[in-house]
Amino acid sequence: MAARDALSAHPADPQSTHPMDRRRFLTALSAPAFAACDFKNGAPEFKGAVFGPAMALGHRLRNNDFPAPAETRNLDIAIVGGGVAGLSAAWRLAKRGIKTFRLFELEDALGGNSRAGSSAVTPYPWGAHYLPLPTRESVHVRALLADLGVLKSGIDSDSPVYDERAIVNGPQDRLYRNGLWQEGLLPRMVAPKELDQYKRFEELIERFKQSQDLFGRKPFAIPSLLASRDVRTTSLDATDMRRWLVSQGFDSPALHWYVDYACRDDYGSLSRDTSAWAGLHYFASREGRAKNADTHAVLTWPEGNGFLTRRTEEWLQERVAEPFSRNSLCAKLVTGRGFAEIDIFHADQNRSVRYRCKRVIWAAPSFVLARVWDNPPPPFRPAVADIQTVPWLVANLHLREPPADTGPAPLAWDNVLYNSNALGYVVATHQVLRVRPGATVLTYYWPHSGEAPAAARKRLFDTPWPEWIKAVLADLKRPHPDIAKILERIEIWRWGHGMPQPSPGFLNAPARAALANLKGPLVFAHSDLSGMSLFEEANYAGVRAADLA
Amino acid sequence: MRHALLFSVFVVASCGLAYELIAAALSSYVLGDSVTQFSTVIGTYLFAMGVGSWLSRYIERGLAIRFIQIEILVGVIGGFSAVILFLVFAHLSGPFRLVLYGLVFVTGMLVGLEIPLIMRILKNELAFKEVVSQVLTFDYLGALAVSILFPLLLAPHLGLMRTSMMFGLFNVLVALWAIALFGRDSGIVPAAAGQVERAAPMALPPSAASFLRAQCAIALLLLVGGFAFADKLTALAEEGIYADQIIYAESTPYQRIVVTRWRDDLRLHLNGNLQFSSRDEYRYHDALVHPALATLPGAKRVLILGGGDGLAAREVLRYPQIESITLVDLDRNMTNLFAKAPLLTALNQNALSSPKVKVLNQDALLWLEQNPDMFDLILIDFPDPSNFSLGKLYSSAFYRLLEKHLSATGLAVIQSTSPYYARKSFWCIVATLEDAGFRTAPYHAYVPSFGEWGYIIAGRGTFVPPAAFPVVPRSFDAPSLKALFEFPPDMARVPTEVNRLNNQVLVRYFEEEWRRVMR
Repeated sequence: MAARDALSAHPADPQSTHPMDRRRFLTALSAPAFAACDFKNGAPEFKGAVFGPAMALGHRLRNNDFPAPAETRNLDIAIVGGGVAGLSAAWRLAKRGIKTFRLFELEDALGGNSRAGSSAVTPYPWGAHYLPLPTRESVHVRALLADLGVLKSGIDSDSPVYDERAIVNGPQDRLYRNGLWQEGLLPRMVAPKELDQYKRFEELIERFKQSQDLFGRKPFAIPSLLASRDVRTTSLDATDMRRWLVSQGFDSPALHWYVDYACRDDYGSLSRDTSAWAGLHYFASREGRAKNADTHAVLTWPEGNGFLTRRTEEWLQERVAEPFSRNSLCAKLVTGRGFAEIDIFHADQNRSVRYRCKRVIWAAPSFVLARVWDNPPPPFRPAVADIQTVPWLVANLHLREPPADTGPAPLAWDNVLYNSNALGYVVATHQVLRVRPGATVLTYYWPHSGEAPAAARKRLFDTPWPEWIKAVLADLKRPHPDIAKILERIEIWRWGHGMPQPSPGFLNAPARAALANLKGPLVFAHSDLSGMSLFEEANYAGVRAADLA
Repeated sequence: MRHALLFSVFVVASCGLAYELIAAALSSYVLGDSVTQFSTVIGTYLFAMGVGSWLSRYIERGLAIRFIQIEILVGVIGGFSAVILFLVFAHLSGPFRLVLYGLVFVTGMLVGLEIPLIMRILKNELAFKEVVSQVLTFDYLGALAVSILFPLLLAPHLGLMRTSMMFGLFNVLVALWAIALFGRDSGIVPAAAGQVERAAPMALPPSAASFLRAQCAIALLLLVGGFAFADKLTALAEEGIYADQIIYAESTPYQRIVVTRWRDDLRLHLNGNLQFSSRDEYRYHDALVHPALATLPGAKRVLILGGGDGLAAREVLRYPQIESITLVDLDRNMTNLFAKAPLLTALNQNALSSPKVKVLNQDALLWLEQNPDMFDLILIDFPDPSNFSLGKLYSSAFYRLLEKHLSATGLAVIQSTSPYYARKSFWCIVATLEDAGFRTAPYHAYVPSFGEWGYIIAGRGTFVPPAAFPVVPRSFDAPSLKALFEFPPDMARVPTEVNRLNNQVLVRYFEEEWRRVMR
């Protein structure tokens, strides 16, 4: 089974707003929100810092605290949100020769959940950090990768050739369990009965991969909007992933851990809170191949998917005049017959502009749309209110040298901890070619799953951030007792609305239909459309919106 | 008195277990196969304790004196056991196991003597069931304390040598304390008439006490000295491992450099691995440089990756048409050493000080990625692919990067481990170069220190070996060179996968093949 990992390809979340008190925002007004301090308890000294989306700006939406529009301009197409969905929509428009659009992004940088940071040592991710090999259905992802130089040849073939530097280097992953690191993520050293269950689980997944409905659609296609609607598989959405495992006679604790890890990894939710359809989608959807890599390989870069969003941004900048407005928040949206008006607050100029547009492509989360849309159809708000978003904490640890550990499996790209609330860490310098590996950055992912998302969110922001740093270090000291000695700096990023949770029933919930069937000048392009926060979903949603616009 | 003795049981037991663990850890460290080492050492030790217990019946009088003497003896033997084992392993290869089990047996036996003696000393103070219960409780508690402390604190922070010395000190301190205890008792005896009978067998005559004190002092001196000079002792042991006289040793941020000499033979070791012997390094460097360079009369710019010893550069400098050599080696200490130390500059004929040679102390890969320069000849002398970061330096991605730095008719020569010992690894490197678009010419040469060694010439066209050598190598000429490009059946090509960053098969091949060789 493939190794998966954290925040898998999460698209735009540019208009994140956070339920926080305003005073705290004042200290964090310059985006990204930032604070720092030194840790000097004991001998090792390192610096700590906290970052986060431009919450101050987003939060002003709650009081609609913006200057009135100083002028009204005409615009052909507005794209709201500069994550993977918004950038994909812009890319698709430009490919079709339409260059009369502008993309508005709340943050000072594009990328959304694929946002990345950079140090003197290496760039590193703040969110999504890999892309599975695209399936044949992911034609638009393949086309985008070809435009960005990642897909080298064979765009229509079963197994295209990819840039070999982007294919994850070996060793791909390892698991820390019982005081030792093992190769691979499926726990080894388990009872023979459990090994049998691994095998049976794999066979079941393989059968899902092979099957097709009468229309030739796969039950778990990616993008998921192309998946079979056959009730025999969609009915899996009625139960949760844990219960489904039990119903199939799986009781291996190791297998249950692995599946739970997979759900937390891709959706930020425990297996018991995840729709069985979504849980199985994780395993059965990714069957992309490459001519020059193993089946389970993925594409990754030191800065994670920030590489893809940055390159898309550059690609657009070379072809379209002034495609982006950063620090620009959509404060209000009014739809009419054949037109839509959006009020954009340009934070760097401290003024608002009203844009009268023929089309608006909404590539920001649905809960933001529900807040700013002045005249939605009555069922819209209640439908969208069902979507719960899970908060994530991401930490970047800047180390002077690679961490020492007990082995026997050596440091891999993805390093997972068994029985941890967090997912472990990826190594930013894993893809670099060096004679001797030196300083590096570890990116640690921690979805706050297992409790009501709103309560988890409150706790994430109410707890002073140095406490979170201590918690991250406590977890990492299990495999690496000496990590504090080689730690130069640790930074955390609090994603209040990390990603939507595909809980049981999400597939047939009114929310998906409400977003997909928007009529008139407004088209929805965010990955909330599919309910699964994945690069491929966001890309598909963006392309679809561009084609409808 | 009673509590003091019980505490000494605790210390004695912990010291005993510590020696046992140290011996087992040390033997697994030098011999490998920790399961065998631990189980045989523990078995021998327990058996020896039994022997000691049995022997205790022959000690009939002077229990206190015997106890103290045994304590001092255990302290010295146990305390120096790690040093003795290290030195024996380093300097005499044969009797290591004999000495190991001998030491374990002797310490086990002495410790086995102690507990019965203490029980007998205490039997006058306590009921039999109390003696057994209390002594054994403290015995096992002491064992528990050390078995936890040893892997967590002692071995990692103090090291094996210092740990064993420290426990030796504990033993001797217990002996000193016992002298004080029993000595004082002897003074009390005449005053308290009722206690005479009870305490008399244990009491020490003053003369015996001072004699024992002297013994303790000597033991203490030895152990404290050993503790302080543990580093020197390690170096002494290391010298034995290298067999020859160490004339230079340095730990740089990247590696441990050791240069040894035996008569006229200079050897360089990096992290304990032999890099060259001055007696036959010419065979290695002849093969690395001349077959390719003799076919490049127009070559002007040469790049050497690795090769901080300057020996490859020495050979390249023999070609007058060469205008510049760029040598990229990460370790500044290494290139400084080979640019300045007279013995070594005599060996590389001051190659690193030549005005044609530019030494860059950078990561070779980073430099290749950031620098656009092109070269007519690239010599790659990286360490063997023994781990995943080194495996990347033999990957198709790396060779594609290399290709960008090669001029139109340029050649690259890659040292490629042994086609005899690591046959699959060698042909895997050939397959990987071919996958990256190179035409390859694999060949081999015999270097006595290493055995049969492999090289690959990679270029854009088919390589034709030179018909004549403008600079004459010592180890082959044009007719005998042909044989080097032919592979006998036991080194002939085998099918392998391509070493990609994604699969890193070469590291797996290499590990598997060399593990077989080492057995």
